[in-house]
Amino acid sequence: MQEAYIFDAVRTPRGKGKKSGSLHEVKPVDLLKTVLVALKERNDLDTSQIDDCLIGCLSPIGEQGGDIARTAVIYAGYDVDVPGAQVNRFCSSGLETINLAAAKVRSGWEDLIVAGGVESMSRVPMGSDGGAMAMDPVVSRKMGFVPQGISADLIASLEGFSRKDVDSVGVISQERATHAREQGYFSKSLIPVRDMNGLTILDYDEFIRPGTTLDSLANLNPSFAMMGSFGFNDVALQKYHEVEKINHVHHAGNSSGIVDGASVTLIGSKEKGTAMGLKPRARIVSAALVGQDPTVMLTGPGPATLRALKRAGMNVNDIDLFEVNEAFAAVVLRFMKDVGIDNFDKINVNGGSIAMGHPIGATGSMLLGTCLDELERRDLNTGLVTLCIGGGMGIATIIERV
Amino acid sequence: MSAFIYDKDADGILTITMDMPNRSANIINDEFGEAFAECLERLQSDESWTGAIITSAKKTFMAGADIDMLFDERDAKVLFEKTEQMKAGFRALETMGKPIVAAINGACLGGGFELALACHHRIAINHRGTKIGLPEVMIGAIPGGGGITKVVRLIGLEAAAPILTQGKQLSPDKALSTGLIHAVVDNKDDMLRKAKAWILANPSVSQPWDQKGYRIPGGTPKSPKLAMRLPAMPAMTTSKTYNNYPAVDAIIASAVEGASVDFDTAMRIESRYFAQVVTGQVSKNMMSALWYQRNHVLKGGSRPKDVPPTTTTKVGVIGAGLMGHGIAYVTAKAGMEVVMKDINQESAEKGKAAIAKIMDKAVGRGRMSAAKRDEILDRIHATGSASDFEGCDLIVEAVFENKNLKATVTHEAEAHIADSAVFGSNTSTLPISELAKASKRPKQFIGIHFFSPVHKMELVEIIVGKDTSSETLAKAFDYVIAIKKIPIVVNDSRGFYTSRCFSTYTSEGLTLLLEGQHPRSLEVAGKRAGMPMGPLEVLDSVGLKTALSIAEETRRDFAAQGKPMEETAVEKVLSEVVRINGREGKAHGAGFYNYGKDGRKTELWDQTFGLFPTAEQKLDLQTMIDRLMFIQAIESVRCMEEGVIESVADTNIGSIFGWGFAPFQGGTLQFINAYGIKAFVDRAMELSVKFGERFEPPKLLFDMLQEGKQFK
Repeated sequence: MQEAYIFDAVRTPRGKGKKSGSLHEVKPVDLLKTVLVALKERNDLDTSQIDDCLIGCLSPIGEQGGDIARTAVIYAGYDVDVPGAQVNRFCSSGLETINLAAAKVRSGWEDLIVAGGVESMSRVPMGSDGGAMAMDPVVSRKMGFVPQGISADLIASLEGFSRKDVDSVGVISQERATHAREQGYFSKSLIPVRDMNGLTILDYDEFIRPGTTLDSLANLNPSFAMMGSFGFNDVALQKYHEVEKINHVHHAGNSSGIVDGASVTLIGSKEKGTAMGLKPRARIVSAALVGQDPTVMLTGPGPATLRALKRAGMNVNDIDLFEVNEAFAAVVLRFMKDVGIDNFDKINVNGGSIAMGHPIGATGSMLLGTCLDELERRDLNTGLVTLCIGGGMGIATIIERV
Repeated sequence: MSAFIYDKDADGILTITMDMPNRSANIINDEFGEAFAECLERLQSDESWTGAIITSAKKTFMAGADIDMLFDERDAKVLFEKTEQMKAGFRALETMGKPIVAAINGACLGGGFELALACHHRIAINHRGTKIGLPEVMIGAIPGGGGITKVVRLIGLEAAAPILTQGKQLSPDKALSTGLIHAVVDNKDDMLRKAKAWILANPSVSQPWDQKGYRIPGGTPKSPKLAMRLPAMPAMTTSKTYNNYPAVDAIIASAVEGASVDFDTAMRIESRYFAQVVTGQVSKNMMSALWYQRNHVLKGGSRPKDVPPTTTTKVGVIGAGLMGHGIAYVTAKAGMEVVMKDINQESAEKGKAAIAKIMDKAVGRGRMSAAKRDEILDRIHATGSASDFEGCDLIVEAVFENKNLKATVTHEAEAHIADSAVFGSNTSTLPISELAKASKRPKQFIGIHFFSPVHKMELVEIIVGKDTSSETLAKAFDYVIAIKKIPIVVNDSRGFYTSRCFSTYTSEGLTLLLEGQHPRSLEVAGKRAGMPMGPLEVLDSVGLKTALSIAEETRRDFAAQGKPMEETAVEKVLSEVVRINGREGKAHGAGFYNYGKDGRKTELWDQTFGLFPTAEQKLDLQTMIDRLMFIQAIESVRCMEEGVIESVADTNIGSIFGWGFAPFQGGTLQFINAYGIKAFVDRAMELSVKFGERFEPPKLLFDMLQEGKQFK
């Protein structure tokens, strides 16, 4: 069996996902083109050798609809023989494509694949594509559907995470992201977004709020209290019957930010890399998915991680750095409890989605690239990337430098 | 005789008057179907008419569909096809191109309103009895004749949802402001005049949904604004129903799914949900109890047949406290004279003031006129003197639950009332035959057990003592009917029927708590089972001290009979909570829950978690639900077996209206029917092995199993 290797990973900066955000003027297909062109140029790629391009996207509708992967490869000037598929596994879409690419390589059917994701949340808002899970009363009742914020608050209520506990995660994320940006830890893989004249539109992660403190977060009102009062709290409490009430602790300062961005990763076999003069940077060791109760929804990272570790014959201590997507602060805290880690030393060492934002379809690929860059910078060996996923799923991928 | 009468005027306007023979109301059944088909044929073959008015010769316009037709149908295919056929008729009517007006002369409900919705214009007479709406959900069904599809298309998804899921019956004014009808008039002449005028002014019409450019008000599920709020719609109903009511779910589903597609497809989707819900078990349970058995009870199912009807004109009420003034109020409201006596004038007046307060609230909300309030108050004579009972033909005492006190007031009253008068005791626990010993006329002594709050609770439990005559029972029964309540009849025994069975629910709850199950879990189990409150919450509202003293009194009585009892879970838990921690329940602001200044519960008392060690083995929720439900059902069977209660209808109705037993199950005995007698016995035996012999199935069930019988 041939192993799957990562040759490169690039991303755009993350722009605030609203009208006043820098990337709002940029079409999603251009975000994708930006990273595809960079990947090609940095690696001097003969794109005719690429077997497939898999692009994750949460809201594949409108400008992001109609198979944006195939659209973007042609638009970016790749060889006409590069096919493309858009993939949706909600928040993990950008990591799902990488795992799929690795699986394809390991199957031996394909040798070189571009995998990644895109999301312009400012232009195609979350929920634009509807979906039976939330919109079909029969289905949503069967699933016990509640919005993610309620699930996050449910986790905090189940685990007894206080407002201070979750706010601390937010503060750490901001401090670390600020530091990493200042020190240029991201610049290696960050591709500025430019206009048709070559003028820079955005070349840094603009969502970060330096100077965030526990005190400044303490003033923020909980975001999901009102939503919960529309019956969603009761849906959760009827299922989680030992919890008396939902403690609404999440708000804009301890939940992932809404941003725009894109990212791609180049994955292939060692032989193909050698033939094309590409240097493998890391091996994809294992990957795993899990399904959890859809109401609590966001508890997947722990079990997915344990499953990926088991598959690789490893244990938690074998991992040098973790990227745990900060969808909500409670997700990270619950993950730590589930895998038995009691400090933040190895977790999200350069901050996460709370500070930098979570461009849904692109995040998985971004986290993988960030993790690999940091392993190299610190000269460490193994990294694990994990995300919670809508509908009650979890994903994890383990990489190892070569 | 034809069911429809036709009359054409000089302008060519047809008035079609529904007057189904040998019935007090028009109803949708096969006979109506034939008459309606004939009507359509007539309208289609006759070119000379210009418009039509559909009205009724009865007091009501049309009260709905024939429930017999729905109740007996278990075949979804048959029901679906029948429904589609009826809808095709309605559709033909509304697409004829000529104006059709519904002249709503009285109650217009369910299928009746769906007929009106197949007309282009709806005019209703504004009088009190006229209710308009789609109340199908109240008996576990859903509108299937276009009601959901059309109400959504008239007023939009969000406005339609509460009206449809709560089965709201609207006054003509409210129906007008909601957008369900077009005009309200004062009388029949006005109605017909306006109907004709509208026809002449609108010679060629179509329904809004058939017009070019029509859009559903408020948008479809695909409209971004509605899409944002749509996910909350099922959650909001789940929050109240615990997903126990398929009809509510189906209404929401049919409304939402229907709003996503064209009109004809929406109508078909509605028919499919209708067939599913109406052939489903829950609708059978609810129709059986809330329609058939309720009617059976109200029509005198348990009233002695050989006693002629009685009337009660003047009622003496002893005690002006919570129960006493409640009884006085509902009695006076029903038009009877009331003498309300307490230990002195002042206390009696206090009770009367409390009655005024209840009515002031109703007046404030526009539910009662000030004149009506004053008229009712005028009928209540508050007094401190028993001699004012002179002329009363019925006495109802509602003093404290104390045998000696009750004996004293019995003597006092009997000194002043006629020999023919009946004495009723409102007791929830004391044996009637014992209390009757204080009476000069035990044949005329009976238990009339009201529930609190009297003006809201519909049930009255009539308790027949050892010596109570059938005339006395008939008198009490007729009185309860006269005050618009539901009388069930039981025989004398400890706790009678309702208190006895209800107490099994709370004591099972406390047993679970004592076993170390999570208090919050057992509360959720109670509500998921369909009870209005969890065992702890309901105990708080009954009063923990009251509950404890009942338990202790039972022990004393048993001891007196030489039957010593082990300390029960109720005593163990309540003595801990009440005695040691001084928490007496909701009225005292502290029980298993904490209560805010407004009297509303805030959260579980933190020590509710700590008083009893947490069980190592947590029971799953379904097991707790089974325990809470089975214990009530089994106790009901025992009551039947012991002859405490004799009628299945009384047993089911008593459970639903007395202590709120899950209405979707159709009452304690229907719960067993629906579960399946065999399956019920098997599960009960399992529970008895695991949790104690109180779950052992009574012999009656084995007999029924042998004979292949059900509770009917």
